[in-house]
Amino acid sequence: MLDIKNLSKTFNPGTATENKVLDNVSLHINPGDFVTVIGGNGAGKSTILNMIAGVFPPDSGTIVLDGQDITNLKEHKRAHLIGRVFQDPLMGTCANMEIVENLALANRRGQKRTLKWGVTKEETEVFREKLKELDLGLETRLSDKAGLLSGGQRQALTLLMASLQKPKILLLDEHTAALDPKTAARVLALTVSIISDNNLTALMITHNMKDALKYGNRLIMMNDGKIVLDIDNEQKQKLTVNDLLQLFEQATGEELSNDRVLLSK
Amino acid sequence: MALGIYITYRLLEISDLTVDGSFATGGCVCALLMVQGQSIAVCLLMALISGAIAGFVTGLLTTKFTIPPILAGILTQLGLYSINLRILGRAAQPVLKLPNIFTWAQSLVDMKLNTAIMWVGLALVLIIIVIMYWFFGTELGSALRATGSNEKMIRSLGVDTDGIKILGLMLANGLVGLSGALVCQTQGSGSISMGTGAIVIGLASIIIGEVVFSKVINFGLKLAGIVVGSCIYRIIIAFVLQMGLSTDDLKLFTALFVAICLYLPNIKGFIAGKSTKGGNAC
Ligand SMILES: Nc1ncnc2c1ncn2[C@@H]1O[C@H](COP(=O)(O)OP(=O)(O)OP(=O)(O)O)[C@@H](O)[C@H]1O
Ligand SMILES: [Mg+2]
Repeated sequence: MLDIKNLSKTFNPGTATENKVLDNVSLHINPGDFVTVIGGNGAGKSTILNMIAGVFPPDSGTIVLDGQDITNLKEHKRAHLIGRVFQDPLMGTCANMEIVENLALANRRGQKRTLKWGVTKEETEVFREKLKELDLGLETRLSDKAGLLSGGQRQALTLLMASLQKPKILLLDEHTAALDPKTAARVLALTVSIISDNNLTALMITHNMKDALKYGNRLIMMNDGKIVLDIDNEQKQKLTVNDLLQLFEQATGEELSNDRVLLSK
Repeated sequence: MALGIYITYRLLEISDLTVDGSFATGGCVCALLMVQGQSIAVCLLMALISGAIAGFVTGLLTTKFTIPPILAGILTQLGLYSINLRILGRAAQPVLKLPNIFTWAQSLVDMKLNTAIMWVGLALVLIIIVIMYWFFGTELGSALRATGSNEKMIRSLGVDTDGIKILGLMLANGLVGLSGALVCQTQGSGSISMGTGAIVIGLASIIIGEVVFSKVINFGLKLAGIVVGSCIYRIIIAFVLQMGLSTDDLKLFTALFVAICLYLPNIKGFIAGKSTKGGNAC
């Protein structure tokens, strides 16, 4: 499904702020995998996701998604393959457009924008049903501006938007980090159900090691631009947070302090 | 003209300074073609197209050459000054006695010239509002609005935001070029300096319109509000001229007036919610 080979990236090369963010990273993900990603600040997690999405090009290496080499494809040209939810709830929607308009924009992900009407009656009905399933009361607020929603509601909406056109891969970058614990748990539960209902392949960055162990069927840990741990489902189910910390030390020779990878809750 | 500027300033959130140039280009192209004896429709259409080309250049400069939009607009405007001079071959071209859209209207219905200007203006504005209302409801129009609102998000949904920006600038400057042509026909001449301050007048109209119609949500009515805003602006200007302001001081007055208008929403927000930080996003 997703095949990353020898990916490297250095920001600001040749300057005082030169920063090697990804160092020869390779990663293969199978269809239907739900991979959780953990690692300290600046480990390069977001950079990998941005590179898959095409926000900036890699220095070297290749990215193949669903049999197609997308390494140098422009961001908007690979958008039909990829669904994204960002950390910042403001990022995923257009605040001054209606909920239904946002959904309609997402429903045309990767398609050519024509002079056909921007929101059709039929799709509005589909959106209403899907919003009902979220159980947040949004189905009655279709023509409210997305900016009026709370952070959690917006993330739920963005998740729905990302799954309307089934993506080959869903990229989640700490999408619950800006929410209060209760809302975060709710959005996470929603994430899991959307992924399993639609049979999606997903990559989820989190700062919460408990969540990383609890959800998904594979866990990878990054440090200093490298993947230092890759744990399969079987092993993952037996692990505790403390085991994970120890594994990290063995793998890197460094001690992972609890504030580098947040152990919230 | 204000409607064109609305596309870039409010919907794309770009302050596009091309308009001072493209307005004059529209006027000059129109004047030239009128003198050559082209039909009225051709004159207006070419004015619209030349404005759109100017917008295309600015769009290319900001997106492909990654020049900040304001600077890109200034560059195009500067370049257009020479181009306009080339088009006309002189600083101004009178077209007083030539047939124009207003005399054409007079030939259809017997009326005074001023009445004709009013009705034709009203009809054109109405047509443009209807077209804009339709366009911004389409997939493409929605994508354009989304580009102004959240560029990263809409790019991740597969929209070529560079292309959209160029398109928006073309539409906006096309409308501005058309307005230049109409002003040329109203005033009876096209000149290379007729665009000076066009952007400021446009912004003034938008802001007055938005202040007066601040409660309006419907997009079509918002556009109508801008037109009303530009009328109010004209009335204010006529009023201060009547009061004895010299035409030489008019530009200074306009600049001050627009500065105050731009500041006005802040004062309003300040009074409304001293304690709430940030303020309203819309
Ligand atoms: N566009 C950019 N230009 C320059 N440096 C960048 C850019 N994007 C990221 N970096 C740098 O790359 C490094 C890795 O960033 P990245 O966002 O991938 O880390 P992360 O693992 O997601 O960390 P966090 O957990 O804090 O989100 C950081 O040092 C960051 O400052
Ligand atoms: Mg990150």
